[in-house]
Amino acid sequence: MALTYDLARAPDLSAFLSKDKDGSAHLELLVKGARCAACMSKIETAVAGLPDVSMARLNLTEGRLAVRFTSARGDAARVVATLDKLGYPATPFDPAKAAEAHDQESRRLILALAVAGFGAGNAMMFSVPVWAGLFGQELGPATRSIMLWLSAIVATPCAIYAGLPFFESAWRSLKARKANMDVPISVGVILTLFISFVETFLNGRDAYFDAAVSLLFLLLIGRWLDHRLRARARSAAADLLALQAPNATVLGSDGLERVKPLSEVAVGERILVRPGERIPVDGFIEDGVSELDNALLTGETAPVDVRPGDTCRAGAVNLTGQLRILAIARSEDSAVAAIARLVEAGAQTKSLYVRLADKAASVYVPVIHSVAALTFFAGLAFGLGPREALLRAVALLIITCPCALGLAVPAVQITASARLFRKGVLVKSGAALERLAEVDHVVFDKTGVLTEGRPRLIEAPAEALALAAPLARASAHPLARALAAEAGPGPRATDVVETPGQGVEGLIAGRRARLGRASFVGLEGVRGGETELWFAYEGDTRIPFRFSDQLRPDAAQTIAALQALGLSVEILSGDLEGPVARAAQTLHIDHWRSGQTPQDKAAVIDALTAQGRKVLMVGDGLNDTAALAKAHAAMAPGAALDASQNAADLVFSGEGLEAVADSIGVARAARSRALENFGFSAVYNLGAIPLAMLGFVNPLIAALAMSGSSLVVTLNALRMHGAGRS
Amino acid sequence: MGIILILAPISVALGLAGLGAFWWTLRSGQYDDPAGDAARILMDDSDNRIG
Repeated sequence: MALTYDLARAPDLSAFLSKDKDGSAHLELLVKGARCAACMSKIETAVAGLPDVSMARLNLTEGRLAVRFTSARGDAARVVATLDKLGYPATPFDPAKAAEAHDQESRRLILALAVAGFGAGNAMMFSVPVWAGLFGQELGPATRSIMLWLSAIVATPCAIYAGLPFFESAWRSLKARKANMDVPISVGVILTLFISFVETFLNGRDAYFDAAVSLLFLLLIGRWLDHRLRARARSAAADLLALQAPNATVLGSDGLERVKPLSEVAVGERILVRPGERIPVDGFIEDGVSELDNALLTGETAPVDVRPGDTCRAGAVNLTGQLRILAIARSEDSAVAAIARLVEAGAQTKSLYVRLADKAASVYVPVIHSVAALTFFAGLAFGLGPREALLRAVALLIITCPCALGLAVPAVQITASARLFRKGVLVKSGAALERLAEVDHVVFDKTGVLTEGRPRLIEAPAEALALAAPLARASAHPLARALAAEAGPGPRATDVVETPGQGVEGLIAGRRARLGRASFVGLEGVRGGETELWFAYEGDTRIPFRFSDQLRPDAAQTIAALQALGLSVEILSGDLEGPVARAAQTLHIDHWRSGQTPQDKAAVIDALTAQGRKVLMVGDGLNDTAALAKAHAAMAPGAALDASQNAADLVFSGEGLEAVADSIGVARAARSRALENFGFSAVYNLGAIPLAMLGFVNPLIAALAMSGSSLVVTLNALRMHGAGRS
Repeated sequence: MGIILILAPISVALGLAGLGAFWWTLRSGQYDDPAGDAARILMDDSDNRIG
């Protein structure tokens, strides 16, 4: 395949190369659209065939391409251009973010799980002869002692290694003078190992080596599931960040274009912003005329005209013309930073949320530990002797193992989030699902959430549409594109000249025609309430086309579904009163506010929270991020800004809003499954505690009860598969 | 009875060998890209195809 490569126009992407000690360099890219073996071989062959490339390997699961160059001056732009020509748009990863994405913690947990599995299996193998009643016939006390010692040798190192994640977390929690679920687990495991050693040494009755390791094995499954849930959300978030490319095209003093990560843009640098790109930092327009879409900043739908001398704020989208701007603030100091501080404050309040499992732990830990202590002292009082009393207390700790808390809640949450993932909803953490289930009031942003966030033609005579379509097809302006989409495919105008910020002019079947703002077709002082375009043949009648941001097709249905779930709904929008009132009326929403600044929105959420409402905020813009961070739960559409997606707990993709109602349904189902599991454990413990106190529990019963209860809570969690299905 | 003293360590050693093998597969990144590995087996190693 011949790949032509235009060196002069390619931006410099060398900032994304990470250099290695041996003089080579490597690059990681996020590749979109690679799905099958054929794509993989096409991509790898093409990239590996480039000069200086020593290796190219695509990770099909994550859609990442790793490229290794023979020299430190590898040409990253050429790789991107090659992939682009093949039809796979690619974005380089920031080296720091690429390293973050490699998940060390997950490997460690899997390894701990494997070790615990090995330990549990082999320790049980030695328990079988001990408990099969063999020693009454053939196994003498000496052989039995050997079995127990072998069990100790295998189980102890395994329990220590597999228990480390729990011990570390318990230690951190104790240092902070709190007790999380890992404290009783650690105390239980350590005490069990200790007492089992003593028993083995004294040739006693009860050694719980196998129980200690299987307890860790079961708990690690829960821990790993929980970690996977968060890791998947994290890597998806990292991919989104890479796609939204926090990069800027900086013009060097030599006139060359250079792509830099946003954080490296300095004040006074000149930045090139092409149509369709986002303004990277606050700036001063030096050259170019265009229109800016501030919808994500302010919620306002009508574009704003800009010309040299105007200032522009980071986050706005450049619509029509190419702009050269002079950076007047660093990325951290740009207009977005004030909002970022609000977000931080919101995130802090959110971290105060106590998870369901931790709430249960705060009841469970003191109760179980006092009952165990009571067992020990009551045993002494009734003349059992310290050894027997301690054995009963330990048996109690083991049999009341917190499996429902450690395993069943993550199992419920991962099933629930897998269900939502298939519907295109990304859940960022288990806690997010728990908070979502408690919501009683939903606040929507309008632009881009209730509406599609892009203009659509609402008013035009059919013949006029056919007249203007050839010119509209030749233009890149969003309004013209909406017009062309409405008209469908057809001929294009010739000799087209586009005047940024004004309109487009060209020949349609030999006649000169113009499509653009009112002044462009010779009308002065006309400004309708709607966003509009005018079309005219030279010296002929002018025809207006009006556009409006349409509601999502299923918005009304979703609002009705939410109201049916018993939730109150409200609109908070930064847009003007007219469009907001109209949307509210169509959707039958009684409460709405227009013209809200980001601070206003956050204040409204605070006021609602102060009234004791649990608010779900659904928003996409930068003006929503503070509110998203402050709300009890938050959702953002996949088209939202990265800042909003970071502030949100759930991100939904696709055209529909139905994901909001679906997610609440699934979250509520997950909550009831989790509560059922807690209820089951409570009943189970009520039965097990007296048995242990009376000394009826031996290691065999403990092992059976523990795995039996884990199995029940896991099976109950799997019932989630049917939940929320309508 | 003495046979147990031989067989028990052997069974533990076999278990350890399995654990070691798993550790190796994990370390060498064999679980990093399940979809890619499934597809890679269908790819031809070289371009010297017959015909």
